[in-house]
Amino acid sequence: MQTFETPVRYVHMTTLAFTSELPLALHIPDGFLDGDVAALAAIVALGAVSYSLRIAERDLDEARVPLLGVLAAFIFAVQMLNFPVAGGTSGHLLGATLAAVLLGPWLACLVLTVVLTAQAFMFADGGITALGANVLNMGVLGALMTGGLVAPAVRALPRTRGVYLALVGVASWLAVMAAALATSLQLAASGTVPLDSVLPAMLGVHALIGIGEAGITVAAVSAVLASRPDLVALGPADRREVALAAGPHGTA
Amino acid sequence: MSRLPARLFLALALALAVGLALGVAPYASSSPDGLERVARDKGFAELGRSHVQADAPLPGYAFPHIGNERVATGLAGFAGTLGVFALGYGFAWTLSRRAARRTPAERAGASA
Repeated sequence: MQTFETPVRYVHMTTLAFTSELPLALHIPDGFLDGDVAALAAIVALGAVSYSLRIAERDLDEARVPLLGVLAAFIFAVQMLNFPVAGGTSGHLLGATLAAVLLGPWLACLVLTVVLTAQAFMFADGGITALGANVLNMGVLGALMTGGLVAPAVRALPRTRGVYLALVGVASWLAVMAAALATSLQLAASGTVPLDSVLPAMLGVHALIGIGEAGITVAAVSAVLASRPDLVALGPADRREVALAAGPHGTA
Repeated sequence: MSRLPARLFLALALALAVGLALGVAPYASSSPDGLERVARDKGFAELGRSHVQADAPLPGYAFPHIGNERVATGLAGFAGTLGVFALGYGFAWTLSRRAARRTPAERAGASA
């Protein structure tokens, strides 16, 4: 009996140790935020998601439906690919900038909401009570910032592929930094940790993770530009004109 | 232009996502990531641990009752990627049906 019990208990212990190290990235678990902060973040997130739903219910073209599904799956999969950054720490893609560039900022909010909700309920990655904060931080902020930055900059800057991809990279990095800033503010407002302690630490590590985000996003966007430029909603201006001339959702 | 047909492009992108989740995710870094690292360094990581949702079907991206950690992660990634695709597709399809039912006048009114 003794000889059987020991290995069984050992397996059980390693399982517990494994699940206690959840791949959080910026996914806030239950217990980090106090009720008021979580509720406020959820209200803001809900406002943005409701507006996105109204936009989609008005003019989501059936031709964009498969892209939305595939993009949600792609972001989910790539979020599992933690890459090492300095000092025994890892990071992974958030994907808000990628989604915003391909689908526009409002549909991007919906894509990230689908991904983050599935992660919370199926994989216990990110808390249920923190879901609003996670949607706000990792979805809404990055998507709207990308929309606000890339769309006007594309019109103002030289219309070259290099300039455009650099812009996408900068937007990706800024989206990660915005998410880290918002998370720090929520943790501090919850009384979990002082702001002057958490903010430099969060911004420091996410400045590195943001470089990974920029690399992956630029690679993915340039692959789509090379094969299906019409699927890039916030594309370089010259390509958008080509796409429009060929019809908004040309399948040729 | 030698553009890929849209369906082929989307099928390749989905295959890439499934392949990454199944074959690469098991070998991804298992180091604590940004927030987890900061939570440990600043001493508030324990707050999160007491609230792990044991109800989730695949907690920690591991298929339960599978001894090999890499296999458990790969299967969870495979199931999760296809599940998220189905969820996103179904959600978007429902929204696009509602959009299609709008009359042109309603669209003009809604966008005004």
